[in-house]
Amino acid sequence: MPIQVKRLLIAFALFFIVFFILVYFLFPESWGDIGPYRSLALKEIADKEPKYVDTESCTMCHDSIANLKNDGEHKSINCQTCHGVGYKHVNEPETNKMDIPKGRDFCARCHALNAARPKNIIKQVDVNEHNKGEECVSCHNPHKP
Amino acid sequence: MTIDKNNYSRRDFFKKSGAIAGSVLFASILSPFKPVYAIEEPKGKGKWYGIGIDIDKCIGCASCARACKNENDVPLEPFFFRNWIEQYTITNDGEIKVSSPNGGIDGFKQILPEKDIYKTFFVPKMCNHCAKSPCTQVCPVGASFETEEGLALVDQSYCIGCGYCVQACPYGCRYMHPEKHVVDKCTLCYHRLQKGLDPACMMACPTGARIYGDLHDKNSSIVKFVKENNCVVLKPQLNTGAKLYYNSLSQEVH
Repeated sequence: MPIQVKRLLIAFALFFIVFFILVYFLFPESWGDIGPYRSLALKEIADKEPKYVDTESCTMCHDSIANLKNDGEHKSINCQTCHGVGYKHVNEPETNKMDIPKGRDFCARCHALNAARPKNIIKQVDVNEHNKGEECVSCHNPHKP
Repeated sequence: MTIDKNNYSRRDFFKKSGAIAGSVLFASILSPFKPVYAIEEPKGKGKWYGIGIDIDKCIGCASCARACKNENDVPLEPFFFRNWIEQYTITNDGEIKVSSPNGGIDGFKQILPEKDIYKTFFVPKMCNHCAKSPCTQVCPVGASFETEEGLALVDQSYCIGCGYCVQACPYGCRYMHPEKHVVDKCTLCYHRLQKGLDPACMMACPTGARIYGDLHDKNSSIVKFVKENNCVVLKPQLNTGAKLYYNSLSQEVH
């Protein structure tokens, strides 16, 4: 074998050895178990604590309000859609209170008159005309509007 | 290596050409051409998530956008969204106006008097969880990936924050997290799905306009929704294999 070829072969061999050593140390754990990614990342994402609790956690204590709501037109709305996330309140109900939204703007999020809102799905009022200056909750019970 | 032009006969030329053509043909038999499907067949046998949005039921309250921000620690200031709502208004003159004040969270105001409006409707937007997602294909380090359930996720401890995927997503569904300096996007609340809970946006929707489920399961709500309605995906010409199905979507939406 000519000396040039020999030298080239040695150079290639060294390159591949260094390459595979680097690959061995630089590739993270669990890479390629399922696909071309770290499968441990799935576990990391899945481990996050949910902030919205399931509705049963609400009805366990507040069953009378839940029953009232489930009889009315707001029955399809989850408690936490209006009252905010419940994970703190479930653990420490005394220190972490839920939101009690007030004000016309809050109701207007859904009920303000807008041509884009399908009329058969949602009842709408002109917020600028309908009983100006009054709080919505002074006439309508939000749990049974 | 040089070819001696004087001794290179026509016979040699045909011989060599035949050998090259033959070996190319042989190689193509060894690895046959793979057909390109409009929607790629899922690899696993497990769940294969799809999402449906019933535009006829959306009232534009943005409860979904608010719930997503609360659940997933998305920065509250504008322009960081995992999902948001747009209001399309088409005037009688044919002009198309799109408004999305703070992703819909600040509430929608009807921008034109009703007599000037030809058509107006809300379009909730979120990650399409594409089967052939352009965003995961461009990631240089393999931090963006598709799971076997058909969800496009980001490995945030491995992302280098180059932002290439943000540009690659044709639906604008990714953003750079201002504090973590990595890319963040909709996970279809993977952490909730794994615990048997509904994703936050699905849970918060007051009218049931958002539907999700297993596309493999013939009895799931999403299969029923796609079957019973004339559903389309956004930008089908890009062949992303989007799995976010809209019911009665106007073709003005892009």
